[in-house]
Amino acid sequence: MLIKLTGGAVYDPASGIDGAKQDIYIQDGRIVNKPTGDFKVDKEYDLTGKVVMSGAIDMHTHIGGGKGNIARTLLPEDHRQDPVARTDITRSGCGHAMPSTFVTGYRYAEMGYTAGFEPAVLPINARQAHMEMADIPILDKGGYVLLGSDDYLLRMLTAKKDQKAINDYVAFTMQAAKAIGVKVVNPGGINAFKFNQRKLDLDEQNSHYGVTPRDILRVLATAVKELGVTHPLHVHGCNLGVPGNMDTTLNTIQGIGGLPMHLTHIQFHSYGTEGDFKFSSGAAQIAEAVNKNKNITIDVGQILFGQTVTASGDNMRQHANHKHASPNKWVVMDIECDAGCGVVPFKYKDQNFVNALQWAIGLETFLLVDDPWRIFLTTDHPNGAPFTSYPHLIRLLMDKTFRNDMLATIHPEAQKMTTLASIDREYTLQEIAIMTRAGAARLIGLQDRGGLSAGNWADITVYTDNADRQKMFEKPDYVFKDGELVVVDGKVVHTKWGTTHVVKPDYDSSVEKDLQAYFDKFLTMKLNNFKISDDEITEDGRGSLTVHPLKGDVA
Amino acid sequence: MAEIIEVPSPFCGIGTDDLTVQVDGVALKVIKNGCAVNTPAFEQAVTDTSPRVDGKEVSFDVAVAKAAALLKNTNQPVIGGCATDVNGMRALLALADRSGAVVDNMNFTGARNNFLALQDSGWMNTTLAEVKNRCDLLLVVGIDLESFSPRFFERYLWNEESMFLADTGKREVIYLGKAPSGNASTSPSGQKALVFECANEALPDVIAVLRALVKGNPIRVDSVGGIAVADLQAIADKLKAASYSVVTWAAGALAYSQAELTVQTLSEMIKDINNKNTRSSGLPLGGKEGDQTANQVCGWTTGYPARTRFSSGFPEYDPYLNDANFLLNNGEADALVWVQAFNVKAVPPATDLPIIVVGRSGMTFAKEPDVFIPVGTPGIDHAGHAYRMDNVVAIRLKKLRDSGLPSTADVLNAIEQAL
Repeated sequence: MLIKLTGGAVYDPASGIDGAKQDIYIQDGRIVNKPTGDFKVDKEYDLTGKVVMSGAIDMHTHIGGGKGNIARTLLPEDHRQDPVARTDITRSGCGHAMPSTFVTGYRYAEMGYTAGFEPAVLPINARQAHMEMADIPILDKGGYVLLGSDDYLLRMLTAKKDQKAINDYVAFTMQAAKAIGVKVVNPGGINAFKFNQRKLDLDEQNSHYGVTPRDILRVLATAVKELGVTHPLHVHGCNLGVPGNMDTTLNTIQGIGGLPMHLTHIQFHSYGTEGDFKFSSGAAQIAEAVNKNKNITIDVGQILFGQTVTASGDNMRQHANHKHASPNKWVVMDIECDAGCGVVPFKYKDQNFVNALQWAIGLETFLLVDDPWRIFLTTDHPNGAPFTSYPHLIRLLMDKTFRNDMLATIHPEAQKMTTLASIDREYTLQEIAIMTRAGAARLIGLQDRGGLSAGNWADITVYTDNADRQKMFEKPDYVFKDGELVVVDGKVVHTKWGTTHVVKPDYDSSVEKDLQAYFDKFLTMKLNNFKISDDEITEDGRGSLTVHPLKGDVA
Repeated sequence: MAEIIEVPSPFCGIGTDDLTVQVDGVALKVIKNGCAVNTPAFEQAVTDTSPRVDGKEVSFDVAVAKAAALLKNTNQPVIGGCATDVNGMRALLALADRSGAVVDNMNFTGARNNFLALQDSGWMNTTLAEVKNRCDLLLVVGIDLESFSPRFFERYLWNEESMFLADTGKREVIYLGKAPSGNASTSPSGQKALVFECANEALPDVIAVLRALVKGNPIRVDSVGGIAVADLQAIADKLKAASYSVVTWAAGALAYSQAELTVQTLSEMIKDINNKNTRSSGLPLGGKEGDQTANQVCGWTTGYPARTRFSSGFPEYDPYLNDANFLLNNGEADALVWVQAFNVKAVPPATDLPIIVVGRSGMTFAKEPDVFIPVGTPGIDHAGHAYRMDNVVAIRLKKLRDSGLPSTADVLNAIEQAL
């Protein structure tokens, strides 16, 4: 079947196309060149006056894994506000802060998203992450495996194992957990919390191992680079939410010594200590450092006002944050000598000084970082806000008047502490397409996704141009996934199953000998039962694996 | 004859995966690392292999068609048991969504004690590997742990070596409420657990006093539930002095009214200890016969645990009103689907309503159900996934033999298709 999308304004940063009118042909799920000679178009869509982008990719969203399911279980009252009924083609579920898996897929697709990546896959909980993501329809998915507080790695560091041994362990874990990236959360801090340490600065030692977060970041960032994994080490830094943590973040950037590093939800790590409330914006300094250091990429973790729930691997900081829980109930877990988690419901309020300034800090960060290829649009779903608020966030970025109108309504002291009103920048459609499509695909290392040139998979979103960008982005006219029409006028019309994106870096199999002994002695399952096999992803006939090349591979 | 090693068990809840099972045709024998829970569950013989309708053997397709026909004519079906693997629960929830059923896991009334506490105030919990390496004090509340999990102590407390304890044999074990039935909790060097017995019904008072003592509040009685307050003070002191104490309970064993308040008091006490410059964690027991699996899969599919109805077209959770037995006894249901792939003894509750049983081969009935479709057991007849008690680790279950029995998912998917 040959599909033709005719006459839309195409925004395809991957090919450098910025709003040019262009036809797109789709065959067998992929975008193809205009066929030569005689050919018959089976289905044509007139896209005159429409905006065409590739399907959006959320490079950091908590859509799979145990802490998300704890968050769901914790908040029945939140689900009751947003019941989702079944239809002839869709399953029932719940929405709002932490939607059910099926609803996650539908609502992402209905906003024009075609892929989402779970950033915190605990190795020991990776099965659950993949099983949940396997129940998310339409979207492609993948995960970054969490290391850095696991006792095995910390033992290696204490024993001064060489970088090669660490690379082997990282590669083994990526394969065992079916990951496409590596994440570190509060490096070593989750582990330190188990030894009753309640804070851990960048150069503070773990009381048992004598290892510092800086050591952990360095060896993991090196491992990711040397293994040829495209996605740089994905870092949730030290001191999340602590006033003054912008110094930690600046030190983290300097300390990585030019290695590729992605700093996630940086808004939560950009706080100063100035002003009457000893809480101020560090966005300008952070943005300046990001602009200067080309090895650094960031996503923002914008907060938006309203009820949500925070679910993080950072049990140390989440335990400290439980004082802000709203409603007042929370869960903290230590997990399997591997990691941990903390789930704390939050209600961000525009009349709360801190929340209001957090809102402004996120927006300042978006607007002060120059290069849209190195900054990504996230709310750290659901931690800053549910992903369904993206169209609103896009309007805040693209519409200065709207932004300033909103700014005028927040806590007055917070208004005084932000430079937001003086920033004139408005994001362009092309810049939005970079942040949410081409840039994200490049950052994660997705082959044949995030672009509209021939050879790409036909993940395509069509919008009606509208000066109200929120309206425009919350209701696409059409969404195609792998060439199949899945959404019309912002509603799912057809469902299918996406693929799971992974990389498979090589490792010396001798690493398993040590690991086997470690598992037998200290852990609770056999090493062979720990490794996730391919058929666990594919055996139900819905899932599939897509292996992406490593840097240095011949394409 | 074959021997399969490193076999994981879905039966004991603590995720033992070191069993060696001998396979001779469809006969299984646990020849290494068996226990009183796992060995009989693995060795249960296959009996029925054909489905039955009204007691007569029929083909799979006929049985599925009959089940679908029964469900089509119902207004409020109930799917009970819900004891299966992840794929089985996926199919069960798809069928419930389509048929507007109520879904109720058979262990939910026990598990409710945990869910109500969790959903009201939360908790701080841990998992088995942390226990194995960190726990220096184990407080066992209201349960005979070794009859619940025969290998718990051997695997997670008296392990030869741990990462953070110089001598695992020096761990302390304290029983509060029930006394242990054997000596599994005695350390290899012979140190016996401290035991403070009380009646189940006294636990709310005993735990309330223990929490008060942890917080340093004055207590004006000398004893509570037959336990001296001085003994409880000693326990409180040990909890505060330990580096990483673990408090364990089984929600289902707290079989008295409003036991969720006991779970809540324990969980809040653990939070209090963590505010006293040391660490402590809870460890709720469970994970048997797919209970955690049912709640996990229902959790991500609906947002709610596995006592949820679909009769309005969307999921609605009610931990009391969606109780299958309550619905059956009150005449609010008009058909029962019973799903139990693990335990042949867990038969459906007595009812005059039409019953469809999707049950482990070997199940026998006082009253023949309208439809019986024998299924294989996850981890024996087909591969699958099941959650362990700590709710974090999903174990990969192996297929051990070719019995030809369908999986729960095969059957429930077929019924859903036939609707």
